[in-house]
Amino acid sequence: MKLEARDISFQYDNGYRKILNEFSLTLDSKECLGLTAPSGFGKTTSCKILAGYEKPEKGQVLLDGKPLSSYKGYCPVQMIWQHPEQSVNPRLRMKEVLNEGDRLEERIVEGLGIEQGWLNRYPAELSGGELQRFCIARALGERTRFILADEITTMLDLITQSQIWQFLLKEVKEREIGLLVVSHSDPLLKRLCDRVQKLDG
Amino acid sequence: MTEIKRGWNRRKTMVVLMAFSMIFLASVAILGHIFREEAMVTDFSRKNLAPCLQYPFGTDFMGRDMLIRTIAGLSMSIRLGLLTAFISAVIACVMGLAAAVLGKFADGLILGLIDLVMGIPHILLLILISFAMGKGFIGVVIGISLTHWTSLARLIRGEVLQLKESQYIRIAEKLGISKGKIAVKHMLPHIAPQLLVGLILMFPHAILHEASITFLGFGLSPEQPAIGVILSESMKYLAMGKWWLALFPGLLLVLTVLLFHYIGETLGRLTDPGHAHR
Repeated sequence: MKLEARDISFQYDNGYRKILNEFSLTLDSKECLGLTAPSGFGKTTSCKILAGYEKPEKGQVLLDGKPLSSYKGYCPVQMIWQHPEQSVNPRLRMKEVLNEGDRLEERIVEGLGIEQGWLNRYPAELSGGELQRFCIARALGERTRFILADEITTMLDLITQSQIWQFLLKEVKEREIGLLVVSHSDPLLKRLCDRVQKLDG
Repeated sequence: MTEIKRGWNRRKTMVVLMAFSMIFLASVAILGHIFREEAMVTDFSRKNLAPCLQYPFGTDFMGRDMLIRTIAGLSMSIRLGLLTAFISAVIACVMGLAAAVLGKFADGLILGLIDLVMGIPHILLLILISFAMGKGFIGVVIGISLTHWTSLARLIRGEVLQLKESQYIRIAEKLGISKGKIAVKHMLPHIAPQLLVGLILMFPHAILHEASITFLGFGLSPEQPAIGVILSESMKYLAMGKWWLALFPGLLLVLTVLLFHYIGETLGRLTDPGHAHR
């Protein structure tokens, strides 16, 4: 499978300068691609467009040659957001958050180091790192073909980071899920990715 | 750390106090309904008695027992409050949801309607509607219901608008979860406590407004034992030193209102996960 962004231009409604200008990207489901740029250059925005959260002004996002918006229901492109606290409903227990994933295997929950005791808690009773594991697990449902990881380990300590990345890399290689890693950290991208693309404003 | 009592915390104290308030209000409502016949009984051999052991609240100019009359009046107020608060909450819920979901035109229309209702002084609109509907029980219920939904509707509209744009709901959409399920699972837990607290906090308003329009003569009919009727009748006798006619019914009305307010506030705190560990 192939996820393609063709000549995408984008500008937020507030009339600010154009964030993305003729941006193109190709991601194969067998590869791991890094995306890097300074702050405010549209890393998160391009993820949002690629995952279908925002509509580009010009250009299109194609999944296997068909526009992404033609896929109804479960979106095969799942984005993991930078802030896990905002990605889970504060009024739902963690086990319900996991239930929203698409037929998650127990293996994924265990592999991410999610403890059984956490499942009955509310999001406010977990730390950011613990929450982020849930968000990653939720995105790894059965029908997921691409994962867009937007700075998902930026706020974690190094040991947890390596734990999460090791699991995620193994998982995407096994299931042939395409992975887009967005990060400020060049060493991390060098370590994880087959190739790295720079966004330029 | 020495002050911690095992297994007892502020939440439990709140629950107990709330339960007591509810039992008190429920028993007043039920007792008043049982005694509604006795509240009408007149006996001129015992008129204008000051509070004594047999008649703790005294008797009025027609020899009616003021304790029973007060309880019957409060019961009427509580039932009327319940009914009107419930109807207003339903209107608020429908209007708020419609404004948030049905697009720009519906939103503008409903916001305009809210401004219109809020712009006219409450009591004036209430009197107008109640009078137009022929006064009495029905008039009061419709009048209060149609004037009290506005602020709650606004609250719900804002809440739903905010929820619709929140990250976790957009993620849920991408996870292929249906609109209905998102509304029930993601939105309802946020709105339900607000709605419930809003509904209970509407009681005191409804009760006071019922009492005031009845007092002014645009509400319930004079033979019904309502607090508003009692207070307006006692006005004539206050100057003659019959202070008990107004004092006790007035105090009990205030107590009822405060208890409802307490229940509403407590419920609001208890259902907020932010307070889960108090």
